[in-house]
Amino acid sequence: MDEIEKLSYEAAYQALEDVLAQLDSGELALEQSVSLYERGQRLSAHCQRLLEDAELKVRRLDEASAVD
Amino acid sequence: MGTFSVREVTQYIHELFDADSVLSDVRVRGEVSNLTKAASGHWYFSIKDAKAQLRCVMFRGRAQYVRLDVKAGDEIIVQGRISVYDARGEYQLYAESIEAVGGVGDLHAQFEALKAKLDAEGLFDADRKREIPVFPRRIGIVTSPTAAAYQDMLNVFRRRFPMLEIILSPTLVQGAEAPRQIVAALTRLNSLAALDIVIVARGGGSLEDLWCFNDEAVARAIAACGVPVISGIGHEIDFTIADFVADLRAPTPSAAAELATPNRDDLLLDLDRMDQTLNGAFGGGLRDKQGKLRQSQGRLGYVSPARTIEQLREQLASLRRLLRGSAFGRLERLGDRLQTNARLLDGADPRRILARGYAIVSDEAGTVVRSAREVQQNQRLGVRFREDQIKVRVEN
Repeated sequence: MDEIEKLSYEAAYQALEDVLAQLDSGELALEQSVSLYERGQRLSAHCQRLLEDAELKVRRLDEASAVD
Repeated sequence: MGTFSVREVTQYIHELFDADSVLSDVRVRGEVSNLTKAASGHWYFSIKDAKAQLRCVMFRGRAQYVRLDVKAGDEIIVQGRISVYDARGEYQLYAESIEAVGGVGDLHAQFEALKAKLDAEGLFDADRKREIPVFPRRIGIVTSPTAAAYQDMLNVFRRRFPMLEIILSPTLVQGAEAPRQIVAALTRLNSLAALDIVIVARGGGSLEDLWCFNDEAVARAIAACGVPVISGIGHEIDFTIADFVADLRAPTPSAAAELATPNRDDLLLDLDRMDQTLNGAFGGGLRDKQGKLRQSQGRLGYVSPARTIEQLREQLASLRRLLRGSAFGRLERLGDRLQTNARLLDGADPRRILARGYAIVSDEAGTVVRSAREVQQNQRLGVRFREDQIKVRVEN
């Protein structure tokens, strides 16, 4: 769970595509497809949360704070 | 000998001038006289020396680029072509640019010279242009924080892709000090790790206002930037050297923000599509498995709570898709779904089971009795039906 919540949008989106590809390939045991499905749901929900809950962060890099 | 009309002979002379390779692009030095800057924006003047004078006209499209303050008596160099003005039977110099003698002053000439120089170095080459990342995480912005353009860009980010970190590297964006500050702002951003895109932006203004983006040091700093640079300077019609050297040129600051980010609405649609594929892919596999289960387990498999949970899960997923879509047309169907779900949940209500003739037996403490082994002879028990209950005593 924590692992998914830490993913960036891009990484979660990529992982979701991977899940779909695996599910699509068939030849999975039921437990595997159930856990993949659940993972897919969580990835999708995470992506959605990122899109809907995210707040733009703005930082200012003035000359005094040039070293970061 | 034939006789020409005036028009015919003038046309002939006109063609002679236009066919001449020297007259098609000349630089002529002389002193300005009879200067008229017309309301239309065109300039009419002559240049002369001790022995001769030459009529000149500079149309508005060119005159607006002349930064030099041209006055009668000034010594200048005019560049352009010499051709014939048929209606007056006069030849004149159609000026393209004006320079002060021994100095610069013509923005257009400067612009073209720098553009040609950097182009020759390959700074504008198509194969130098880098791809803009699809899902940026950190975007650096070089602009003036007090400008409306900056707020416009932040609004675009909030609307389209708010999971961004924006790093503003503030700078002046006009005036003599601006080029140095822009270079410094770019350098500061360049020292940051994990920046995905840099946007160099400024709202609309006059040619002079935008001039700092035609500065050679600025152009080179953009070229040297470690991540792809999008330029959004002025309006649609304004082109600066910074635009040519940037990896991507946007017509305005807001457009730069849009080109830097995917659109949230598109991404949500895309997620919906993936959700549907996910449910489809899983559902398909599950149906095969369920078919087998049903064969081997018969009715037991059919009434398995796992299956009901799966159904509920799918219903919930559908609900989430519907909610997410949030298109008004879908809201009506959402209502239907809610009813369906309510019925499903209703099916799980224990009172519904009681209505089918079952009863719950509990001891006096209210603990449910599941087996005859849990009770003793003469113990008092409660039996709960759908609507009411009775007290009973155990016989044996």
